[in-house]
This record gives sequence, C-alpha cells and structure tokens, in this order.
Amino acid sequence: MDNNVIVSLKNIVVDFDDQIILNGLSLDIHDKEFVTFLGPSGCGKTTTLRVIGGFVEPKSGNVFFNGQDIAGLPPYKRQVNTVFQKYALFPHLNVFENVAFGLRLKKTEEREVRRRVLEMLEVVGLKGFERRNIATLSGGQQQRVAIARGLVNQPKVLLLDEPLGALDLKLRKEMQLELKRLQREMDITFVYVTHDQEEALTMSDTVVVMKDGLIQQIGSPEDIYNEPENAFVAEFIGESNILDGLMLRDFCVEFAGNEFACVDKGFARNQLVQVVVRPEDIKVVSPIQGQLTGLVREVIFKGVHFEMHVEQGGFEWIIHSTQASQPGEVIGMCIGPDEIHIMARTED
Amino acid sequence: MKKKHWRALQRAYLVMLFSFLYLPIAVMAVFSFNESKSRSVFTGFTLDWYKSLFSNSMILDALALSLVIAVISAVISTVLGTMAAIGISSMDRRSRLIISNLSYVPIVNPEIITGVSLMLLFVAYQSFAAWANSEMGSAVLPEAIFGWPTLLIAHISFCLPYVIFNVSPKLRQMDVRLYEAALDLGCTPKQAFFKVVLPELMPAILSAFLICITYSIDDFIISYFTCGTLQTLPIAIYSMTRKKVSPEINALSTIMFLAILAIILITNFMDSRQYHKDQQKH
Amino acid sequence: MLQKKSLAGPYLVWMVAFIIAPLLIVGYFALTDAAGNFTLDNLTTIGRYSTVFARSLILAAIATVICLVLAFPVGYFLSRLRASKQHIMQMLVMLPMWMNFLLRTYAWMSLLEKNGIINRVLGLIGLGPFDMINTSGAVVLGMVYNYLPYMILPLYTAMTKIDHSIIEAAQDLGAGMGKIVTRVLIPMSVPGIATGITMVFVPAVSTFIISRMLGGGSNLLIGDLIELQFLGNSYNYNLGSAMSLVLMVIVLLCMSFTTDFGEEGVEGVV
Repeated sequence: MDNNVIVSLKNIVVDFDDQIILNGLSLDIHDKEFVTFLGPSGCGKTTTLRVIGGFVEPKSGNVFFNGQDIAGLPPYKRQVNTVFQKYALFPHLNVFENVAFGLRLKKTEEREVRRRVLEMLEVVGLKGFERRNIATLSGGQQQRVAIARGLVNQPKVLLLDEPLGALDLKLRKEMQLELKRLQREMDITFVYVTHDQEEALTMSDTVVVMKDGLIQQIGSPEDIYNEPENAFVAEFIGESNILDGLMLRDFCVEFAGNEFACVDKGFARNQLVQVVVRPEDIKVVSPIQGQLTGLVREVIFKGVHFEMHVEQGGFEWIIHSTQASQPGEVIGMCIGPDEIHIMARTED
Repeated sequence: MKKKHWRALQRAYLVMLFSFLYLPIAVMAVFSFNESKSRSVFTGFTLDWYKSLFSNSMILDALALSLVIAVISAVISTVLGTMAAIGISSMDRRSRLIISNLSYVPIVNPEIITGVSLMLLFVAYQSFAAWANSEMGSAVLPEAIFGWPTLLIAHISFCLPYVIFNVSPKLRQMDVRLYEAALDLGCTPKQAFFKVVLPELMPAILSAFLICITYSIDDFIISYFTCGTLQTLPIAIYSMTRKKVSPEINALSTIMFLAILAIILITNFMDSRQYHKDQQKH
Repeated sequence: MLQKKSLAGPYLVWMVAFIIAPLLIVGYFALTDAAGNFTLDNLTTIGRYSTVFARSLILAAIATVICLVLAFPVGYFLSRLRASKQHIMQMLVMLPMWMNFLLRTYAWMSLLEKNGIINRVLGLIGLGPFDMINTSGAVVLGMVYNYLPYMILPLYTAMTKIDHSIIEAAQDLGAGMGKIVTRVLIPMSVPGIATGITMVFVPAVSTFIISRMLGGGSNLLIGDLIELQFLGNSYNYNLGSAMSLVLMVIVLLCMSFTTDFGEEGVEGVV
C-alpha cells in the first residue's frame, strides 16, 4: 500500500432499509490532501463521510486508517473530527467551552486548554469571542467555531459535511478561501462534501465525483473539468455540449454532420463515442469561415459573458462568448482539436 | 359600528368577565379579615383567622404531607418519564403512536375514574395479599397499603404522562448531530448523554418537574380515593368545607392566592430578565 | 440517536400496572356480582338512575355551551392584543385556575347563600332574597366558573393562529362582523373549540364536588353516585364500577366527536 495513504476505503457497501446507498465503494485518500466528494443529493457522499467518521457502520468492506482496519471502532476512538452540517454547536456552552470540549474530555491541563483554544480561535478569526453565547453568533461565526472545535483536537483528518450550505453567496466565497488557507496552515487532510461543483473546483486537490453510491471519476479539478470520463461528470461539472459521435480513426472524429480533428486516439475504428465541447471553447466566426453554421435562438447576458443558444442540425448548442450576436442571426462555429474531448459512450 | 365604540364594548366585556373570575376570590380575601364569622356582613378588621390557621395542626400537617408527596412523586415521575421519552424516541412510528395513546389515557379519563380504578386495584391487591399470607402462614406481603404507598403510586401515575408530553417534543426538536458531535469530539455514548443531551433537555425536564409538583399539590379527586386515612392539603380543605362556616378557609385561600401570584410574578420577572440579557448580547 | 428502547421499559410496566390494569379491574367488577359470578345486573340496575345520568349530561352540556359563548369573544379579543399585553391577560386567565378548585367552589358557596352577599346586595335595592344555592342553576354556575379558563385558553391559542390580514381580507370582500364570525372565526378556530368542549365537558359531567357543595342533596350527578358506591353509604363496588364504565363510554363518545378536529389542540394545551 502507498504509505502516503491516510484513509483507505475498500469495497464499502452500505444499505438502509434494503436501499443500497454505497455499492462497493473503494477509495484512497492521501495525507495532507484536500479531497472533495461531489455529487447530487442522494449520491452517497455524506454517507461515505459518515463511514469515515464512524457514524455509519458499513454492511461489508473495510476502512483503513494509517494502514489499520478501523471498521467497528466507535467515533470517539477515531483520530478524525467532523464539522457538521448546520454546525451542531452545543447551545448550552459558550464559544470557549464549545472549542474546549474535546480537550477537556482528554483531561488536558487547564493552562494548555486555555492556550490551545485561544490560539485556535485566533486562527479562525474569533479572537475576543470566547465568552459569547452560541445563539448570538452569525452563521459565518458559528461556522468558524465549529471548525475550531474540530481542529483544536489536532485530528489527522478533518471531515466537513456541506459546511457552507447555510451561508449566503458572498460569505460562502470568503469561507472557501479561508478553509483552503486553514488546510494549508494546519497541514492536515480535509475531506469535504458538497453538491456545489464550483466550490469543489475552487478548493480541492482531488475531486471525487459520485452518483448512485458509485464513484464516477477521481481526479484533479482540471482533469475533472477538462477530461470528464462520462456524460454524467461532464454534465455535472459545468455546462457542456454533449453529442453522439463516431471515431473515424485516431485523431479524427465525426459529429454534428462534420469531421473534426482531435487529439484523442486509441479507440476502435468507427467506434460510437460521445463528444464533449465546453461552451466557452466554441469560437464564433462568420458563417463562411465556420466548420458548422447555426441559427441563434436566444442570447442571455450573464455579466462576464453572453450565453447563446444556437440551433444546428436539430441540436441546441450552448456557447459562451464575450461578443453577442443577435437572435435570428446565422453564425459560424469553430472548434479546435484541443477543445474536443472524447468519451466512450455510456449506456444511459 | 364605529371603531371607538367597538373598543369600548370590548373593554367592557373583558372587565365583566374578569370580574366574574376574580370577584369570588376578592370577596374571600376581604372576609378573611372579618371579625365575625359572618360570610356576608363585615363587622370589623382582624387577623385572628390567620393566627388560628397557623396554629391549626390539621392544616399544617396536611400541607407538609402534600409537599413531601409532591416532591417525591415529581422526582420519580421526572426520572422515569425522561428515561421513557428517550426510549420512545428511538422506537418506530407505530410503537410511538401506541405509547402516546396509552399516555393519553390518564389525561383524558375523568379523574374520578382514575381514582376509583386505582382504589379497586389496591383493594384487589389487599385481598390477594391477605390470601397469600394466609396460604404461606406468615405475613410476607404487606396488607395495609392505603396511605403513603397508594398516594405515591397514584400521584406518580397521573404525573408521568405530563413528563412524556413535555420532554418528547424537546427530544424531537433536538439536532441528532449534537449527540454525534459529542461522540466525534471523544465522548463515549454515556458522556455524550450527560454532557450534551441532558443539558439540552434540562429546561423541558425542569418544567415537567414543576408541572408534576403543581398537579400533585392541587389534586383532590384521585387522592380522595387512594389516601386511606391520610390527609393531603386539598383533602383537609374538603373536610373544612363540610363544616359549613369556617373563615380559616378564607384566610387559607388568600394566602394561597398570594403565593401563586408571587410565584408567577417571580418566574415572569426572571424570564424577562433572561430575555433582556440575551438581547444585550447581540 | 440513543438506541436505548429499554429505557421506556419501567414506564410501560408502570402504565400497564397502574393505568391499564385498574381499568380492566373496573370492567371485571362491572360485570360480576359480589360473589364474583358473571352478571349484567349491575349495568341494568343503572337504568334506575337514568334521571341522574340525564341530569349530569344536561347540566354539563349547558355549562359547556355557556363557557363556549362566554369564552369565544374573550379568546378573540385577547388574540388581537399586543404581544406583551397578551401575556399578562393570559396570566390573568390562568391565575384562578391555579387555586384549588375546592376553594374556588367554596367561595361561591358563601356568595350564593340565602343570607349571602348577593342576596344582601339585592336586598338593598329591594329584591329577593332568592333561593340560589342548592339549585341546579348553582351547579351550572359552579361548573362554568371552574372550567371557563379551560375553554378560553384553547380558543385563544387557536385564534392567535388566525392572521389579522385574513379578517381584513374578509372585510375587504364585504363581510360584516356577523359574517366574519360565522364564516371566518368559527371555522378557523374549530380545533380550539373542540379541545375546549372536551376540557370543559369531561370534568363537568364527572364532577361530584361541585354538585355536593353547590347543589345540596337534591342535585346528584353521576360522580356523586359513583363516589357513594365506593366511599359513601351505598358501598357497592360492582355497581360503582358499572357506573364508571358507562361514564367512560359517555366520555369516549364525547371525545370521538371532538378529537377528529382537536388532535393538535389537546397536545398544545398539555
């Protein structure tokens, strides 16, 4: 086993009331990595987190922590801490006592408790809030207390279950950067669960895309975005144009009634494939210059760019462009070889 | 109708209704200071009835008994009821529904039926104990149980459901993740219960305890059938009302009314102070 | 969370032993004679007391209706007050409830007496004296006085849930005060009405103290009859149990009419 691996899941199966939640999931998480489980609700990402935390006992499979099997070990004996959805702060304790909770259980010396709690509160930017009642804190502040409460115990791994879900957009962006900074500063592993693809791409070293209790793809944010392994990933990570195509030969694919040069090879001759083209990778040109020509149906101003819906051969393309065409206009479209991503066709 | 007239009418109606509620109490209070035993003519001011009340050992003993019974039964009910509420919360819907219907029985049943049914149970037990003892030839089972044991059992029985109905909603509201967070931070399940779950439930448990105390002290009908020869305060009051004229009752009513008023004012005052304190923290 | 179903064990044992078992014993006594043989005589004997049962039902029903009529406007007025005032008024409604009902009933004894205060005051303006105590009217008055708060509180709770904009909307659509009451307020406070009726009718129909203190000897109610069989001179457990059984059936019938509407209301009051 790779000795850099801190958490390893092997063939995890979880079911509730005969409904399978995780279906033989295997995964290695490396030390000091920021890993994100990404997927729609019900995909099993939170359950995976809870398996690592010890709150869900898998029906079968093994959980290794630093190479040791910890299946059956209760949460309070695991060297991981969790930041819960909606924080789960103890309402009857003030900020200081919430953060000190774990240390006090370990019978840490009072001076040490004080030092570490104050230090941690400073790290999360809540210096001076020690005596405050939990109920009087804003959502963002409660979030910080929850993170401090976990981190102060110096876990090897911090698990975060959609921690930013309850915050407004601006605060969420702020906290994303903050979390990334904390992870780098504390130099430990963060395992993060979210359904927000942008959040996942912004913060992670590794993204694990999940669906129906199965892993769809594991990779860096760039890989996931640029080289999705199937239509689900392509669709879930940002907007895409996904078309059926035919791999004529290496470096040449046919779709939308036209032949295109591409950089992919290794498919069989005339194999049916799916082609992914990101909306921002389509160049709008005059109709004569275009590899394809289409009719602009709709133009929506999105702030940084325009989103255009273009009909071509019965398919509706989505194109992001900084220049707007007029609805009803006929345009040409160019797609470079690097911008075409080819995937084996999936059944659905 | 004009808005002004409408308001005046509302006010007049409320004044009349509250007079109806309070006039009898006020009359009692006034006549508790009446020199003569008359209940309709005020002949002069005196505190004699208060003095005789406080030297009336029957009343004082009854008060003491009521308080002790109330505290014991409230403690037992609160502990058993809180345990039960926690147990029930982990059951499935169907069992929960059955148990909550079971808990409603003593609440909706007329008190007189709860009273006589318990009395019958105790009588049945007594004849069983007498039979069993004579069979065995020695007094193994206690026979004369009417008194303390029966009163306590009766009071705990009618208090228990109120604990369930107070604590269960609080448990349902509580975030399950609080318990998980405690485990996550290193609590064993037992520690998590005492350090996190119990403090969270404490307000509900306390109010359940107070409800038990008040219901126990106030209860007449069920105690009446189960007390044997003991006299709780309401039973002592009842025996006083049977002796037609006794102005001590007026004095007692006045004192009880003032005591209740004081308790309500104090709790309100503390509530509002807590409220202001919370406000200031913002 | 805490997977400890067994914690409910002591409670369940207690409830079965001291709530369910006693009721079963009542059923057993009701269907047997003094020697323990099965009989329906107890139940048929009750027929002799039909006037008492009828009186109980009628007086309790009258008291319930009076409570409803008196309490409805109070519930509405209170629910429209400012929050801080509402709190005080609610306390004022509950305060008499906290006093032992024996004392409250005793207060009316001295008011209603032949030479009590009411007759004296009326005498000053040349009226009376009236025979007020020891009448069925006095019993109804005692019931109304004792149980009125139990009607006001659920009604008030139900009506606080009626947003004022709904009443304004009704006015806007042309409803007068009468129409607002019959078409908006009453339908929307049905849960409170149902709870209130149960909470007044059940104790009123089963009381034996109010009738004894204010009704004299001539206004026996079901409760008095039952009490006489267990602790009074009649002393017949079997007949008393049969009467209790019938009373329970009456209460259950009353509840089955009201709980359909009032399910959440009862819980709210508890």
